[in-house]
Amino acid sequence: MSAIVSDKAVTAVDPIISRPPSNLWRDAAIRFSKNKLAMGALIVVGVLVFIGIFADVLAPQPNFARPIDARKFPGEAGYILGTDDVGRDMLKRLIHGVRTSLIVGISVQAIALVIGATLGLGAGFLGGWVDFFVMRIVELFTAIPQLLFALFLISIFGGGLFNVILAIALIGWVDICRLTRAQLFSLREKEFIEAARALGIPPFQIAWRHLLPNALTPLIIAVTLGVPTAIFTEAGLSFLGLGINEPTASLGKMVGASFAYIRVYWHMGLLPTLLIALIMLSFSFVGDGLRDALDPRLRK
Amino acid sequence: MVAYVAQRLAGLAFVFILVSIVAFLLMHATPGGPSDEPNMPLPPAAKENILRKCGLDQPLHIQYINYMANALRGDFGYSFSSPTETVAQVIGRTWPISITLGGITVVVALGSGILLGILAAIQQNSILDYVVTFIATLGLTVPNFVIALWLILVFAVELRWLPLGGWGDDWRQIIMPMIALGLGPMGIATRYTRASLVDVFTADYIRTARAKGLAERMVVMRHAIKNALIPIITVLGPRIPDLITGTIFVETMFRVPGLGKFFVESVLDRDYPMIMALMLLIAVLWGLVYLITDLLYTVIDPRVKLT
Repeated sequence: MSAIVSDKAVTAVDPIISRPPSNLWRDAAIRFSKNKLAMGALIVVGVLVFIGIFADVLAPQPNFARPIDARKFPGEAGYILGTDDVGRDMLKRLIHGVRTSLIVGISVQAIALVIGATLGLGAGFLGGWVDFFVMRIVELFTAIPQLLFALFLISIFGGGLFNVILAIALIGWVDICRLTRAQLFSLREKEFIEAARALGIPPFQIAWRHLLPNALTPLIIAVTLGVPTAIFTEAGLSFLGLGINEPTASLGKMVGASFAYIRVYWHMGLLPTLLIALIMLSFSFVGDGLRDALDPRLRK
Repeated sequence: MVAYVAQRLAGLAFVFILVSIVAFLLMHATPGGPSDEPNMPLPPAAKENILRKCGLDQPLHIQYINYMANALRGDFGYSFSSPTETVAQVIGRTWPISITLGGITVVVALGSGILLGILAAIQQNSILDYVVTFIATLGLTVPNFVIALWLILVFAVELRWLPLGGWGDDWRQIIMPMIALGLGPMGIATRYTRASLVDVFTADYIRTARAKGLAERMVVMRHAIKNALIPIITVLGPRIPDLITGTIFVETMFRVPGLGKFFVESVLDRDYPMIMALMLLIAVLWGLVYLITDLLYTVIDPRVKLT
């Protein structure tokens, strides 16, 4: 019985050996491509990014307004998706709203990554009083619900695209910082780091070649899943009238503005909310897929 | 246990002081004041009098200590936007409304979430399971103001079954805010109940229960659910304070005059005494609620050790 099994194993070894050596990224890509939901969501994200990048070509002059008394339903007077409360083409506003969402989502995560990873690396690598100091800041930022903190910052510094990005990034770095720190703490004690140290590899090279790549995958997952959160926060702030200023298009602001017309011009609220839901779902599914692909241990 | 609680409370006090200092300094750094030279010209003597009356001639740290001394006695000054009321009165008026809405939502969302999770787990991979999973995912990913707008469009504008918004003059007014607020937590409850039950169903003691001929209903109700609920409570505990304070969008959307809506209005009005007081209040409540949920774990699951 066991002889047969080992025979099979021997014959099966050959093609495996002749295959090029696999690494984390190739394995992850293969696992990701087998996940239908994540692949579908990735395609949607691709389309959204395309729309965002080429918003000016696809929808020139998004701020052009018809007279206010000429509000249109979808399909009326050549406006496929109608016009908004001041008579601007909804389709163009939506396209530019997607661009704003993407700009916010990506820049927030970039800033949050820089702040969070730097503080987390400092805390985890240096320890001691640096760690103590960083953790007190983290506690300060978790003492208050994040959205309220963003609202508070905006009440002081005012709205606008730049301030909104800054306010959301200032609440978004905390999780990344904690994650980086926790990763470093657990990795420092691992055998392969001990082995590297025993081999006489200098500390900087250990950090760069051994610690960072292993701490990277959870960070990538956190950053990807943070994009929809940032987009949601911007939409929420703009919905409340405390986010992006006119004339920049923002999906959340469109929802807020639609409210006065909800009994008649239903499309003004429905279209941007559908788009927000689509963005949130597609980014979340890509993030979930990435998590399953990069960290198969987490999968249940 | 006592030592643990004392340590946590000390940490809470420290964070509270930190929050108050940061909030106070940020408030102070905001441009615009009653004595700004080019915009608000005043005779020097009058200006000096006003500053002295409001204590603004004192050094910053004295101002901070004065403010905190008053705040600890419950005196946060007067709200700019409704000057007839003290800040404490405004909070006393709006906070109970948010707690009512949040409390009812917690009970309904968790109850229905656990129930749906049980149904989905019993009939794994059935149509019911897929529908429940879909609703849970929707509630988890889609922002609550988006869901709120959909609810309004369908049930208030199109079908006219429910009132558009408001509070306190019709019991049906609570239905839509509750759904919009509760769909997310319900989604989490459903997901974890399902996953946890599916896990428990493979345990040996469930096989034993089935083997000794217990009815399936008894197996689920008596043996499976009790053990499946422990991890769910661990996951959901920290969500409860979210529900009680995180009503900002929903209250704005449905014109519920609670604390969340009031906070937004204070921010829009630049009502700094109000914002400052709310930040401090929320920091304290947030910390206390987390502490209580942590303590509850030990009651529910004796295996949890506090450190």
